[in-house]
Amino acid sequence: MSDQTTLEQKAHSNGYLAGSNLERVLRAGHFAVTAELGPPQSADAQVIRQKAALLRGYCDAVNITDNQTAIVRMSSIGAAAIALQEGLEPVMQMTCRDRNRLAMQSDLLGAYALGLRNVLCLTGDHQSFGNHPQAKNVFDMDSIQLIHMVAAMRDEHVFECGDPLKGAEPRFFIGAAAAPFAGPVEFRPYRLGKKVKAGANFIQTQLVYDVEAFSKFMEKVRALGLHEQTFILAGVGPLKSPTMARYMQQQVPGILVPDALIERMEAAGAPWAGKKKEELTKEDKKARTVAWQQEGIQICIELIQQLRQIKGVSGVHIMAIEWEEAVKPIVEGAGLYPRPQVN
Amino acid sequence: MIVAEQKPLQEIKALISNAQNVLVVGCGTCVTVCFAGGEREAAILAASLRMSTRLDGKPQEIRHETVQRQCEWEYLDQIAELVQQADIVLSLGCGIGVQAIAEHFPQKWVVPGLNTTFLGLPSEQGVWVERCAACGDCILGLTGGICPIARCSKSLLNGPCGGSEDGHCEISPDTPCAWQLIYDRLLSMDKLHLLMEIQPPKNWRTSRDGGPRKIVREDLRLPTKEE
Repeated sequence: MSDQTTLEQKAHSNGYLAGSNLERVLRAGHFAVTAELGPPQSADAQVIRQKAALLRGYCDAVNITDNQTAIVRMSSIGAAAIALQEGLEPVMQMTCRDRNRLAMQSDLLGAYALGLRNVLCLTGDHQSFGNHPQAKNVFDMDSIQLIHMVAAMRDEHVFECGDPLKGAEPRFFIGAAAAPFAGPVEFRPYRLGKKVKAGANFIQTQLVYDVEAFSKFMEKVRALGLHEQTFILAGVGPLKSPTMARYMQQQVPGILVPDALIERMEAAGAPWAGKKKEELTKEDKKARTVAWQQEGIQICIELIQQLRQIKGVSGVHIMAIEWEEAVKPIVEGAGLYPRPQVN
Repeated sequence: MIVAEQKPLQEIKALISNAQNVLVVGCGTCVTVCFAGGEREAAILAASLRMSTRLDGKPQEIRHETVQRQCEWEYLDQIAELVQQADIVLSLGCGIGVQAIAEHFPQKWVVPGLNTTFLGLPSEQGVWVERCAACGDCILGLTGGICPIARCSKSLLNGPCGGSEDGHCEISPDTPCAWQLIYDRLLSMDKLHLLMEIQPPKNWRTSRDGGPRKIVREDLRLPTKEE
């Protein structure tokens, strides 16, 4: 794929690369909202349906995670197919950890045939994090190579080996992740550039809590002109408690949580602070949880409003993991409801 | 070098439990340098096994010998007689040594006393680290002499994943991020442009994925008898 090729040149006869709702919303110039749905550690389709009901209407597309944190869950494709039946538009996630290029391409064909139109290409968390640390990992390809492979299937009608597809090509709107605060920080805009060059049509970033640091990252992204070649969705997520905030600040690679936000979360729990566990009644604990959650949602809304002001940010990706209920108040609170209908 | 470490004594004892006469064979090359299976370790292990089996009330006859290289037939020929006298050979060579003994002495049962761990080097006294994955298609010329196949936990080819933080890998604070090392080195050598190119998917055929590997050097082969 030459760098000069424009989105329009690669587009299908309908003018879109994939024609997914997410692509239509972004290309119409709306500020996009994506959310996340984690499949269950079971074969229970009902879990997907219940979560889908919480998200329907409040986002333009929903990421369906792929064995997130290397814990076995229902497949992204299977869960995405159910989400699609439920009226959501899925973004199938695909990691390089569990599949080689044969499996990835065959899954892409199957996923497209099932009606999926967005794919997020990821490296994948190392299996040592999950519940099968004894597993052999694959990493036949890396995320950038995966992006290129999906783009070549769509735009050049070829498999990774160069053989032509025999029939309809899978036309995905191709996504990639960006970790603005992971090391080496100076290389991150360039790595994003490699993903864009490989064919990433949209980017979802790691969770942003430090808007100032993210603004600096975006400055470099703009200097490279990347915001004009891809749609960048900033990652946000509601904090659940001061403990969670501190854990993310200290333990999770590539996430910066400013002390001021942790202090806000602590302040929200102030009426119950300084008391020992046994001194708190069940009602106290419940009230404290609600206070923390309200503050977490409020912080998330403010972050969205700040991120929206940054040039080159085309939307937000709301990661409310195992807390899908939070998406509705966040989207409403940020003034992003109702979601646009683009035909 | 090939780096290995000795198996726990209990596991070794279980592997040789049915034999009366045991021959412990050390190797004078890689595993000597990494203090796992050389002359000294063979002697110590033989003594430990003698003592331990005696304490168990089932004493075994344990002898030991060390050859220069277990992976070459000519050195194995030197211990043919000792091997014949033993019921079992306990090799303190790497996995190659164990297999060479099995191949060279087809009638003899051989068991490993070591776990062959990786291709690496001693970074400091008493510490060994992995350096090469023997993938068969060296890319060190692109990465400033630091191998992402062996040293990145995900063998990535296009730079660090999102799990790199403060110079270490997401799997452990004790594991340096190979891509941080590559980045730093290319920066210091003014060669960061090498990182900007997209590296295509690797051809793993030259690695183990292509099946067991073999090199034939016609220029070095001896003429066959018919010729």
